[in-house]
Amino acid sequence: MPFALIAPAVVFELLIHVTPMAVGVWMSVVKLTKFYIANWSAAPFAGFDNYHLALDVNGALGASLLNSFAITCAFTALVVSISWILGMAGAVVLQRTFWGRGFFRTLFLVPYAIPVYAGIIAWKFMFQKDTGAVNHLLADNLHLIGAGDKPFWLIGDNAFVAVVVVTIWRMWPFAFLMLMAGLQSIPEELYEASAVDGARPFRQWRSITVPMLGPVNRVLVLVMFLWTFNDFNTPYILFGGAQPPTGDLISFHIYSASFLTLNFGFGSAMSVLLLLFLLLVTGVYLFVLNRRSRRA
Amino acid sequence: MRETTGSKAFRVVVLVILSLFTATPLYVMVTSALKPLGDVQGDFTWWPSNLTIQPFIDIWTTVPLGQYFMNSVIVASSATLFSVVIAIFASFAVSRYRFRGRSTFTTTVLATQMFPGVLFLLPLYLIFININQTFGIQLVGTRTGLIITYLTFSLPFAIWMLAGYLDNIPKELDEAARVDGSSAMGVLFRVILPVARPGLVAVAIYCFMTSWGEVLFASVLTTQDSRTLAVGLGEYSTQVNVYWNQIMAASLVVSVPVVIGFLLLQKNFVAGLTAGSVK
Amino acid sequence: MKMRTIAAMAAIAAVVMSTAACSSGGGSSPSGAGKTLTYWASNQGTSLENDKEVLAPELAKFTKETGIKVKLEVIGWNDLQTRIQTAVTSGQAPDVVNIGNTWATSLQATGAFLPFGDAQMKAIGGANKFVKTALDTGGAPGKTVTSVPLYGLAYGLYYNKKMFSDAGLTPPTTWEDMVADAKKLTNPASGVYGMTLAAGSYTENCHFAFINSAQNGADLFDSKGKPTFTSAGVVDGIDRYLSLMQSDKVVNVANAQYDNGTQSVSDFANGKAAMVINQNNAGNSIAAAGMSPDAYGVVPFPAPASGEKIATFIAGINLSIFKNSKNQDAALQFVKFMTSEATQATLDKPFSSLPVLQGVTPTFTDNADLAKTFQDIYSTKSKPLPLVPAEDQFESTVGKAMNSMFATIATGGTVSKADIKAALKTAQDQVTATMG
Repeated sequence: MPFALIAPAVVFELLIHVTPMAVGVWMSVVKLTKFYIANWSAAPFAGFDNYHLALDVNGALGASLLNSFAITCAFTALVVSISWILGMAGAVVLQRTFWGRGFFRTLFLVPYAIPVYAGIIAWKFMFQKDTGAVNHLLADNLHLIGAGDKPFWLIGDNAFVAVVVVTIWRMWPFAFLMLMAGLQSIPEELYEASAVDGARPFRQWRSITVPMLGPVNRVLVLVMFLWTFNDFNTPYILFGGAQPPTGDLISFHIYSASFLTLNFGFGSAMSVLLLLFLLLVTGVYLFVLNRRSRRA
Repeated sequence: MRETTGSKAFRVVVLVILSLFTATPLYVMVTSALKPLGDVQGDFTWWPSNLTIQPFIDIWTTVPLGQYFMNSVIVASSATLFSVVIAIFASFAVSRYRFRGRSTFTTTVLATQMFPGVLFLLPLYLIFININQTFGIQLVGTRTGLIITYLTFSLPFAIWMLAGYLDNIPKELDEAARVDGSSAMGVLFRVILPVARPGLVAVAIYCFMTSWGEVLFASVLTTQDSRTLAVGLGEYSTQVNVYWNQIMAASLVVSVPVVIGFLLLQKNFVAGLTAGSVK
Repeated sequence: MKMRTIAAMAAIAAVVMSTAACSSGGGSSPSGAGKTLTYWASNQGTSLENDKEVLAPELAKFTKETGIKVKLEVIGWNDLQTRIQTAVTSGQAPDVVNIGNTWATSLQATGAFLPFGDAQMKAIGGANKFVKTALDTGGAPGKTVTSVPLYGLAYGLYYNKKMFSDAGLTPPTTWEDMVADAKKLTNPASGVYGMTLAAGSYTENCHFAFINSAQNGADLFDSKGKPTFTSAGVVDGIDRYLSLMQSDKVVNVANAQYDNGTQSVSDFANGKAAMVINQNNAGNSIAAAGMSPDAYGVVPFPAPASGEKIATFIAGINLSIFKNSKNQDAALQFVKFMTSEATQATLDKPFSSLPVLQGVTPTFTDNADLAKTFQDIYSTKSKPLPLVPAEDQFESTVGKAMNSMFATIATGGTVSKADIKAALKTAQDQVTATMG
């Protein structure tokens, strides 16, 4: 019985995720450059050459991969933590019914509802140096900076800020949605009981809300981490074909290596390394959480 | 329960910050869509000095937007439907049965979330081609191929979410129904699903959005006839010009139905929640 | 359990691979009526829809003449490269495809395209009908070309006539003149600059890395196809191009984020810049931005007085046939049709392209002077981009390095020759590491 129930899921996972993945791993150990892509079977076995190139941090390719990896780590840490905070804040203030609650709930979910391309391109438009809304606001409206010193947002060091802001804008509504759904399953009586005991709202949040959201948080943080780390759309749409060094997120980095220079073997090797890293982090994360929940 | 002044102030501050952050790009989108191209390319103004609705007329001829919209609707809703149904069965099995391979299954499902899209894009394309050659089912360049791909993308998370919800539904409910003579399927459909409705709606929304916005796979797996909005919107940036105002107008046109759909669902969402079955 | 899962996956993978290997076979069958060709066209007009409208009557004419139907898909530049690569890799490809001619040698190296040998050339009307330099872009020297020219393009220096005459200037003929004029025309206080560049577009930037190096007589690859990016001529060439923004300050630093040629064109058309370097199809964009055709003139992009007079690379769009097309003969007929004088004469105007056929006068503009200038640049002041398989890597590595250097300058930093050399060394190492 259970096997029949999971069978459709297994079939699709095998077809779309697992098998292509296995092929991808195979690609990483062959020399799949432009000279062989039209005739795969002739591609010579490369062993770990592709991996060696990727991990040799003294070489040009290894060094740029390391840079991209470091940036992606910082990017992910910021996006996940800030999105979670915003999502939690939004969910908590909308927990109680009040006039206009539905409006805010819808508004907050709009960034998640509109097509990815539309949202990011609007930000790209706003981040233009001379004609963008962001600089107009900072310089001409708020006078925080001089009209002549409008900074760049899409190139140079600020590009990192831009890509973080845009990703948060798209990611936090998801945290909000999940936490809001989680909050609905917390029985009202718990709050009432603690209010009788004289607990202040913050205390209630710490002693009731957070623990009760444990299972939701566990999945939410992990999933946000994985999506953010693998995010391709944001740098691709925001920066176009050429990402600035500070916005060189790893998915895009690998995409350029694979598709712009037709070296799928090397691109796959980098992807496999990325996968191993994510597996390791996830493994440790789940291990620590399991141990903690067992102890508690 | 009475609300303290402190928490009221906190609420106002949070709502103002979040609303500004969320709404500013939306506002810019709306106003830019109402400006002529020349104004959009010039210095930014918060309020359009030359209001025009021309961009909303031009978008339909610059790009076959209507067709892309239909493709997106068909792809996203089919993928959502199938994904939710498959996820219901799988998560029911995971939540209510102990069977051999259960942990392998859940671990693998989780692991797929780690697969970098760039790694399996090309292999997936090749597999689709081979399916076509072996079984004669055309998947590349068709909506079917995209539906299968997207439903699988959202499946792992859908299963995880739903399994979590089902775990929270007391087993006593099942048992009571069993005593009344229900089969396993009867339990699932008559007892569990009605209770899990909020979870189902949230999962469905997630599946829909995943399919609605995906760019990378759609750009490779579709052709002109099956192209989705997510990719099609990029076509307003051409060799000759970047039609910023049309991009914004088209973005609005394609967003509005989704937002309205969400509004309608939200009622459902709330109704499911206030039923208060989860105790 | 686990071992078994892995074994099963390996088996599936093996099946997939073996069928993938078989799939690249296929063969040609006799041509004739009733066949349907698939044709991927690139975006040349004002929108994808516009391209379809322009091509539709021509395709109808072809069908009427030969009985062969053509299924057209116009693909934007963002997607075209990826689509071609997946097609190459999988073997499931259209019959005929447009490619940017700079990719020709890299794509030739994949072996997925039909070489235009003697028989094929004869079938499309003979090699002699093409302008020789244009045909040379079709593949590596000494190898049979796998693409033939379709639309020709060339860079020119567009200048604003009124701004020049108001300042009492004549259009420049040397690099030094150009910089001196640009300095006179630059007035940051009123937001007007001498020049505008698409300094955030890596494809534009790598073109100018090439042109400026070529003016110094430097090559980007040696005769064995190995990169020589760090040679003095290349470093100096890039330094010269960067100096327009860095030391001459005739370019608005905001240009560093122009990731698309149309943004600099719109600055030019709106009077924010007196000169812009663009390909001859800029006319459409300039008109779209509201500048009338008689308000600007074009001269060749000038070289330093002591340099070689190279003003452009041989830009353009080529036409390729996939080797595993089942309709090779029909595809050849189609290529013949597309590169025929009649079709070219019709398409050159809407797509603003230069003729790729011998002895044909340009029709892309009504302005005879403009046509003459571009024709002259294309045929006497041009050099093809390196015809080596690693050309695509040159574009992405050097082009992106230049994006970063422009970004450094724009955000207040300085880029010395040593910095340029170091950046090019990294680019060169990246290309070398994955060559072969």
